[in-house]
Amino acid sequence: MSKSDYKMTIGIECHVQLNTKTKLFSAVDNDAVDKEPNSCVSPIDYALPGMLPVLNKAAIEKCVRAGLAMNCKINLVSRFDRKHYYYPDLPKGYQISQMYQPIIGAGEVHLPDGSSVKIDHAHLEEDAAKLTHFGNYSLVDLNRVGTPLLEIVTDLPGMSSAAQARLYCEELHRLMIYAGVTNGDLYQGNMRFDVNVSVSKTDKLGTRTETKNLNSFRSVERMIEYESARQISVLEKGGEIIQETRGWNDATGKTTAQRNKENAQDYRYMPEPDVPPVVLEQSYVDKVEANMPMMPDEYRSKFGVLNLDNSEREAILNYPILAKRLNEVLDKGGVQLAPRVAHWFSGVLLAEENLDKDFTLATANELTELSEMVEKKELSSTGAKAILMEMYDRKNTQKTPHQLAKEMNLLQENDEDALGVIIDEVLTAPECAKAAEDVRNGEMKAIGFLVGQVMKKSKGKANPATVNELIKKKLS
Amino acid sequence: MIIADKNTKAVGLVRAALDKAKEYEDYHCFISMNEARALDRAREIDERIAKGEKVGRLAGVPYAIKDNYLSPEGVTTAASRMLDNFPSPITATAVAKLEAEGAIMIGRANLDSYAHGSSTENSYFGPTLNARDKERVAGGSSGGSAAAVALGIVPFALGSDTGGSIRQPASYNGVWGMKPTYGTVSRYGVVAMASSLDTMGCIANNAEDVDLIMSIIAGKDPKDSTTLDDFWTRELEDAKPKKKTIGIIKDFLKDGVDPEVSKTVLSYANKMKKAGYEVEEISMPIMKYGLAIYYIIQPAEVASNLSRYDGIRYGHRAAEITDLDSIYGKTRDEGFMPENKRRIMVGNFVLSSGFFDAYYLKAQKARTLLINAYNEAFEKYDALLCAVAPAPAFKLGEKTDDPLQMYMEDMMSVLANLAGLPAVAIPAGESESGLPIGVQLIGPRKSDQVLLNIAKNVEENA
Repeated sequence: MSKSDYKMTIGIECHVQLNTKTKLFSAVDNDAVDKEPNSCVSPIDYALPGMLPVLNKAAIEKCVRAGLAMNCKINLVSRFDRKHYYYPDLPKGYQISQMYQPIIGAGEVHLPDGSSVKIDHAHLEEDAAKLTHFGNYSLVDLNRVGTPLLEIVTDLPGMSSAAQARLYCEELHRLMIYAGVTNGDLYQGNMRFDVNVSVSKTDKLGTRTETKNLNSFRSVERMIEYESARQISVLEKGGEIIQETRGWNDATGKTTAQRNKENAQDYRYMPEPDVPPVVLEQSYVDKVEANMPMMPDEYRSKFGVLNLDNSEREAILNYPILAKRLNEVLDKGGVQLAPRVAHWFSGVLLAEENLDKDFTLATANELTELSEMVEKKELSSTGAKAILMEMYDRKNTQKTPHQLAKEMNLLQENDEDALGVIIDEVLTAPECAKAAEDVRNGEMKAIGFLVGQVMKKSKGKANPATVNELIKKKLS
Repeated sequence: MIIADKNTKAVGLVRAALDKAKEYEDYHCFISMNEARALDRAREIDERIAKGEKVGRLAGVPYAIKDNYLSPEGVTTAASRMLDNFPSPITATAVAKLEAEGAIMIGRANLDSYAHGSSTENSYFGPTLNARDKERVAGGSSGGSAAAVALGIVPFALGSDTGGSIRQPASYNGVWGMKPTYGTVSRYGVVAMASSLDTMGCIANNAEDVDLIMSIIAGKDPKDSTTLDDFWTRELEDAKPKKKTIGIIKDFLKDGVDPEVSKTVLSYANKMKKAGYEVEEISMPIMKYGLAIYYIIQPAEVASNLSRYDGIRYGHRAAEITDLDSIYGKTRDEGFMPENKRRIMVGNFVLSSGFFDAYYLKAQKARTLLINAYNEAFEKYDALLCAVAPAPAFKLGEKTDDPLQMYMEDMMSVLANLAGLPAVAIPAGESESGLPIGVQLIGPRKSDQVLLNIAKNVEENA
């Protein structure tokens, strides 16, 4: 039996930290990046006696946006439940979550490769504290307690390969960023993935394992590759897969067993009596929908006319601002001018190693103008790239492409009379006599040397194609 | 209720209350006193009165809080070892509102630990004695509050009522107790017992005082999402019942109810008739299931709410700990009373997977049926009448070994909590041996003031 006889089934639960100003149930700062441990904590997060959770309505709007981004049904009535377990990361001894009536219902995420992944639901809950373990003690940082988390759960048939799972995670990340519901910083744990994997030779699903808390696309992919191979090898040896929770070690590239069904937690779910049900009006959902920005899929179908490589297109889509600008340039400058801008984005801007992610991109007008200058041969493509790097971040300069081209002395000489004067000078120069003679005799190789001399004399402003044509004409 | 003014000094009122508290110290109404700060506050109010400043509707009135209300003065214990060292940084909304009207908290009243109990015998600090008979219990869980009012130490006290904890001790001590509609008074800053049942109310000497206190502490609180918009806005005189018809819950006149208690209910019914009300018996068989429903839902919420007491962040922590499990296990073993533990175990049992549907979910469905039965009854009646507790105050230690017997105390009082309805406990008579017996009027949601209006009317016209 070989690996290819097995069908893999992958399900993913993704936790998205929502970027609300304050926490889900308390009015303290939700952004704890670079803050002192335990400095963003209210008596509610601290679980003092007599404290009651007060729902942050901003989190509800983020959920609706996230749900719409995933083409999901928005449930007009949703409720909270308590999920109990004892651990120092949970001050109340329970997490407020949505077990029975989540805010987001079924939907479907479309992937760039044309496949799609079914969403079962997504529910809103509060994050737990961060624990740091030392030798014989652990430290608790409650700053993260109460950060709103949206847990997005896929439905069957799930995904069937590690590559597709990665694609799903990447697309989900894009969708959440486009919807504006998360900062999306994977390093900070803004999105974390719990991945279920099972393999089977038949249509009946195999026993699954769940590997928790993956925080990069690459580790999701590697983990699935490892875990599916491990499961196949166990089965091939006549063994059995145990339903269990496993942990991923990024350094060793392996998963290890953590907790199995026998010692699984009983969370003793109970309706949360302190938080009334969330009741939304359809008109509210409609209003949120009307304010949704364009999503990656819409850009993809619109950018079809640009004939971009998939990788180039996806690279641009990773930056909502680039996608938005490219779309505007396409609207303004059409298919003639927009592809060049797309190439600049993917080949120049994104190739920049130290690109400041928070750049204020040049306007569509400016980018269209820049592309048009190249189109009209007023700028060489090298010159245009130099100007792009100068002006892509409006924090650097307020000048227009034309102003910059002039200042940087990059405007190309297309005036045939002016060029003619330079060409005549070159052709009559003694060091060029031989080359000129060769060209006259039909040895066209030599023309490169002459063009180079003209370019040099024009300080690079001459348009080489035009120069080439003019020299040929003069020497024929 | 005497309010301080130019002639009556707040300091005098507070001093008298503190003296009385000392005089009746052996009743153990209080867990801790707030003497120095109370006298400071009284002097401050007297000065403001002297200057002609506005001092509020309860200027200089001494009162007690049940020691599950948080307040930064002293330590909030919830009568537990778990919190015997817990200085709260928070002021409960109800306390803040009373203080803003010039009332002066003189001490923290005793209760069953975490309000679990019907006799105050579950207090970590020992029981409160009945104001009429020192050999008997004060009732519970707001036993300290009720005895303090009955002994005349304070004109009113705050209590909390999850299954009868205001009404039963009020009834045992011969004073008034108000359990308002669920959501009337903010629960913010009160140690939670069972969140969907917990209500904050007061114990006082008459309908007018109850009405005044409640009108002050009632109202929407952004810190408690379950609070209702303030409906306690009428003059008591204006809150007249529409139908003037009362139903006596027939199912609570015999089985398990002391004949002396039933007799008191019927004699109160006669007083109501004399006062012009139409009174008739109504059979509500589902009411008998109230206790069973209550002792599933309440422990489930109790188990959940007590999860936060883990010895990690505040409160008691066991001395000899070796690992995480022993922090939790030993701390909770030492910090909780046996009754707390019993409810935690029952609660976790009914919530555990495999039992949830059979117990918790079924209880919730039965709770809905109960609410429906009440709604139906209120189409015909302004209010329903029954006793508060099945018998007068029992002897200390009489029921401590038999938790089920103790739970039976709550059979008539838990119903209003399960349905979220207002209920007022009214002193209605005495047993042959001179023990107070109370009755309760239960009305539709937000009819709180109507119930008080009826009770006052009956007292004046019978």
